[in-house]
Amino acid sequence: MGMAIDRDDTQFHVLAVDDSLIDRKLIERLLKTSSFQVTAVDSGSKALEFLGLNNNDAADDEEDEQRDSNTESVSSDEDQDHQDLGLGVNLIITDYCMPGMTGYDLLKKIKKSSSFKDIPVVIMSSENIPSRINRCLEDGAEEFFLKPVQLSDVNKLRPHLMKGRSKDIDSSHKPTSTRLITSGN
Amino acid sequence: MDRNRLRNQVASMRRSLFDQGYLDDQFIQLEELQDDTNPNFVEEIVTLFYNDSARLIQNIEQALNSSPIDFCKLDDYMHQFKGSSSSIGAKKVTNECTAFREYCNAENAEGSFQQVKQEYAILKRKLEVYLQTVRQASQTA
Repeated sequence: MGMAIDRDDTQFHVLAVDDSLIDRKLIERLLKTSSFQVTAVDSGSKALEFLGLNNNDAADDEEDEQRDSNTESVSSDEDQDHQDLGLGVNLIITDYCMPGMTGYDLLKKIKKSSSFKDIPVVIMSSENIPSRINRCLEDGAEEFFLKPVQLSDVNKLRPHLMKGRSKDIDSSHKPTSTRLITSGN
Repeated sequence: MDRNRLRNQVASMRRSLFDQGYLDDQFIQLEELQDDTNPNFVEEIVTLFYNDSARLIQNIEQALNSSPIDFCKLDDYMHQFKGSSSSIGAKKVTNECTAFREYCNAENAEGSFQQVKQEYAILKRKLEVYLQTVRQASQTA
């Protein structure tokens, strides 16, 4: 096992989005019980704000992507700022039915964002509508939970987070040193 | 002695709430989320539910008293009410919400909202008594 894994980096930070006060309290407790760090907000726009994206930024990211595909320049500083503002969010779990911006709208905006498109997004809904579920999964949601969400659902989140975490570790080490560290194990 | 009596009372009240269909498994989920670090979780979330429900009931009655009735708004409120009662395991209230929503979808508000209110009032009373007994039992030395 590499040295990096011994850090207490199993504390994942989940951003929970739900307009219902009761459901926010519930999801917060479910996540904290499962040792996640939680930030709970009551709307999609507050979620984007927390991440450091406002609606304008989401559109700007699209323009950036257009520009980047034409030139070699990468706006990595801006990305880092966004990541820092987002305070290391590892997963977003959002209600589907919310006034203003739905969970689906939020999913689309996250997936369009160059800074945040790799953050796993999970959608929750009290309504079991297959076409809705399929659309969310097809458009990038990792999971779809039917409400009321239970501990068994929250336990399904860790694999998605571990996937993202191991990507971070690999990308932060030069290839040779990683091989050296793991070769003894 | 008193403590045992109270504990027995708590157990039998709890059993009856489940047996009579007022609460379902979701309430057990809430109980399981309560621990030493969050010793009042159930009471806290149930209290949030009372407050939220009071607000929703007021909004719904206002919507029902307006002319013409905004069925879209009404459905939205009922969706919220159904959602929160389902989240705390209030089985009968959730079912009444579902039934009333059917009426609303048919734009037939003749279906009585009073039934929803009544079921909610019964649950609230039973839960208040139950949680008070739980509190007493935990405080008795």
